[in-house]
Amino acid sequence: METLGQIAMQNVNMAAIMPSMVLCCFGMLLLLVSVFSKRGRTAHVAWLSIVALVITAIVTISGWNNPQEGFAGSVVLDNFAIFFSMIFIIAAALTILISDAYLQREGYPVGEYYPLILFCTAGAMWMASGTDLMTIFLGLEVLSVSLYVLAGFFRGDTRSNEAGLKYFFLGAFSTGFLLYGVALLYGVSGSTKIAVIAQHVSQMPAVIDNPMLIAGAVLLLIGFLFKIGAAPFHMWAPDVYQGAPTPITAFMSAGPKAAAFAALLRVAIIGLSSIQADISALFWVLAVLTMIVGNFIALSQTNIKRMLAYSSIAHAGYALVGIVAWNQIGLSAILFYMLVYTFMNIGAFAVLVLAGKKGEENLTLEGFAGFGFKRPFLGVAMCIFLFALMGLPPTAGFTGKFFVFAGALKAGYVWLAIIGVLNSAVSLYYYLRVIVYMYFRDPQEDFAWVKLEIPAVVSIVLALAGVLYLGIFPGPVMELAKMAGF
Amino acid sequence: MADYLLSLITFFPLLGMLILLFIPRDNPGLLKSFTLGVTLLTFLISLPLAFDDIFASSGAMQYREFHEWISIGSFFKMNYNIGIDGISLWLVMLTTFIMPIATLSTWNSVDKNVKGFMALLLLLETAMLGAFVSLDLFLFYIFWELMLIPMYFMIGIWGGKNRIYAAVKFFIFTAVGSLLMLVAIIYIYYYAVTSGAPVEGFGIQEFYQLGIPSDAQHWLFLAFALSFAIKVPMFPVHTWLPDAHTEAPTAGSVILAAILLKMGTYGYVRFAIPLFPEAMQTYLPFLAFLAVFGIIYGSLVAMMQEDVKKLVAYSSVAHLGFVMLGVFALNLQGMAGGLIQMVNHGISTGALFLIVGFIYERRHTRLISEFGGLAHKMPIFATIFLIITFSSIGLPGTNGFVGEFLALVGAFESGLRWYAVVATTGVILAAVYMLWMFQRVMFGKITNPENEKLKDLSIREIVLMVPLLIFVFWIGIYPNTFLSKMNPAIEQLLIHVKSKQVAVVVPVQPVIAQNLVLK
Repeated sequence: METLGQIAMQNVNMAAIMPSMVLCCFGMLLLLVSVFSKRGRTAHVAWLSIVALVITAIVTISGWNNPQEGFAGSVVLDNFAIFFSMIFIIAAALTILISDAYLQREGYPVGEYYPLILFCTAGAMWMASGTDLMTIFLGLEVLSVSLYVLAGFFRGDTRSNEAGLKYFFLGAFSTGFLLYGVALLYGVSGSTKIAVIAQHVSQMPAVIDNPMLIAGAVLLLIGFLFKIGAAPFHMWAPDVYQGAPTPITAFMSAGPKAAAFAALLRVAIIGLSSIQADISALFWVLAVLTMIVGNFIALSQTNIKRMLAYSSIAHAGYALVGIVAWNQIGLSAILFYMLVYTFMNIGAFAVLVLAGKKGEENLTLEGFAGFGFKRPFLGVAMCIFLFALMGLPPTAGFTGKFFVFAGALKAGYVWLAIIGVLNSAVSLYYYLRVIVYMYFRDPQEDFAWVKLEIPAVVSIVLALAGVLYLGIFPGPVMELAKMAGF
Repeated sequence: MADYLLSLITFFPLLGMLILLFIPRDNPGLLKSFTLGVTLLTFLISLPLAFDDIFASSGAMQYREFHEWISIGSFFKMNYNIGIDGISLWLVMLTTFIMPIATLSTWNSVDKNVKGFMALLLLLETAMLGAFVSLDLFLFYIFWELMLIPMYFMIGIWGGKNRIYAAVKFFIFTAVGSLLMLVAIIYIYYYAVTSGAPVEGFGIQEFYQLGIPSDAQHWLFLAFALSFAIKVPMFPVHTWLPDAHTEAPTAGSVILAAILLKMGTYGYVRFAIPLFPEAMQTYLPFLAFLAVFGIIYGSLVAMMQEDVKKLVAYSSVAHLGFVMLGVFALNLQGMAGGLIQMVNHGISTGALFLIVGFIYERRHTRLISEFGGLAHKMPIFATIFLIITFSSIGLPGTNGFVGEFLALVGAFESGLRWYAVVATTGVILAAVYMLWMFQRVMFGKITNPENEKLKDLSIREIVLMVPLLIFVFWIGIYPNTFLSKMNPAIEQLLIHVKSKQVAVVVPVQPVIAQNLVLK
């Protein structure tokens, strides 16, 4: 490939990958730290990884409004990448805060857990800042391999094993699709750079007559849609989400999903903008399908973790509506929605983590009977997260959905917006059911609840603050999301 | 001070709720007194509004407050834009007036999780007041949806046997309607922006002037109309109401009947009709039919109920039919009748739910067949109950008469003459179901030995009812106190609506009706 030759000669510009480098260095350092730590002690690793994330966040933010291109234009640290990177960092930090006590409780106090999350976050950052399909692929692989391990982290637990293995097989398969798509696009345009591909596509007289381009684009998109968990490529999600350790499920549904959205947006909006009409039509169908599949299957779930897995599919559908709209509001709305979703979903999972009984997890609806009165703080927090997931004001779930559907309406997709809001009407039922159990049913027995662990409570409070702030004053962050658009 | 009066009234209960959270939960007496204090103070703060004569002379929005709230570059502007006119004035007053009474009614009936109940009560008050004063559609929508949450919990936690079904049904019915309205709201905004109209955010007063093309108006109107019709509730989307009312605790039923249902009718007057006058004209016969059908249907079903609370719930469907018919008349008498009937319904039906609460607390049953001859044991109760019954029927001299009469006259004078004729039978049916129920519960011999032990109303219960009785007679005998402050705003609204509608023949107004309304 020609790009390989150029890298040596051109300015490498480390500034473009500085945040992820910082994160990787910390990750490797922490690997060593955990090797030399006493067995079963991981709290210090957790706190050091929080420090690593804070430092990375500072480094990341300092690049705002100062786009840096590096490695012969295969990586760029622009506002778009920075906005998404902050989402990954927040997701990782909230996850780490709820993890430590959970790992101790479940009997897997292993330090490698945290570096893996950091590597995963670094991979996500490359996906968001990659302007070359190979960079995006590299990021996707780093992210995925870390996640395969994390999903199957509970070696002794068959469900966790199943989750790891299933995610690995299907993930590898989807990566194959993605790579094949990259190869075909290379065949069409002679480059893996998104900008070059865009140029070639726009110069083609009849795009639709070029099967190689269409096949390449579709295969590439399938790769991303798999990671997003959009229907019909969602089959892996419920099992993996249910089997993986709960904090990892929380992370997976927020960080990596946002990363896939970042890559998808860059490839679609920059690379394939000349076939926008076809892409919008395709995503119209996908968005509707994803919303319907997610919401309607979630209706029949009795396990809250699995219910949240299907709800996360539905939420991917809402975000896809922003791509269909293909305007500035729609794009900014996706960025905003990903941030909002990170707060509300990880918040809900954090409550699930703390809702466990001693020695076992408490994930069924029945187990939540009377929960709201037994654990007042967790009950109120869960209610707010659920209302946010429903999309009710004054939470961020409302403003997020409002912007997404406003984008669709602005572009004239009235029916899509109507289908979207009707879908959120369906979702009311299964979210409300959790509240029904928490508050309207009497508890069957008194559990020995786990105590409120301070880091996890901090995580919940941060998520609550995010959900309420973005719900009541969405202006400033939406303004940033607007600046982060292309 | 006056600059921020409305904000103060709206958010005072919320402030109270935040302070309430710091009161220990094992002191229910203090929690209840504190909540009562907050709601009473809110009422006192809101009193200057009722005595302000500006409403009698001007139909414009008063007590305006305008602050930029959310501003996202070229995308959106949402403003904190509030104010009231003669239409919302009495609904705000009704809200601040009913809330202390509802709080007082919980004294003996709510004993578990008192703190939660009181917090929800205060949150609900802020949400309701916010919805009545909002002049920005986005702001209105937020308060509108916020109302759902406290009421959902009130029914679900403190409700009767079938509470979960009722709570979820209430929530989903109302939310589905409002979600479609949300799409319509965004659509109007983009229409306004692209048409180059001078809009500041989602302000309804600018939206009034838009002149939305009539094919779009139809869809938008239907979205709004459905959302409000569910809340009113109009036949056939009323089915959540009997369930919610029957299962809700007394305070919940009182608030639901007295204030929440007014959101729907208010929504028509403030939003659906003035925003889409042309579409309104098209759907008018259909909606008026539903209103009349609701009157007859609600009355007939109420007649057959064995549970007093269900009977009162179905009577609400009928009463709100009168409100809607008056509003749809789109003339001064009809609108004024509709609006005054909203207040009346709040007072009478609120009082009826309190009465049902009184006997339920004593006997833990609401079945009519369990009672009989109560008048012997509870003379004060019997007197109050009878007055409220008359008010609900619409006997001259009570508030119900004024509202129903004006609404029917208005409808008769407008194009809805035959609808009014049919609706009038509803007044007779109301007399049938209310008096029959009253007779079975209060008169005759005491057949059930349980009823021998019944005690008459306590001082607290009498204190609760007296303010309501005062307004039953005040509105019934001298409605001009209220009508005079409504009329300018209604006139302005009608001028706006008529100017946008295709010219219709305005019938000559009879002298009597004119005198009654305009002094």
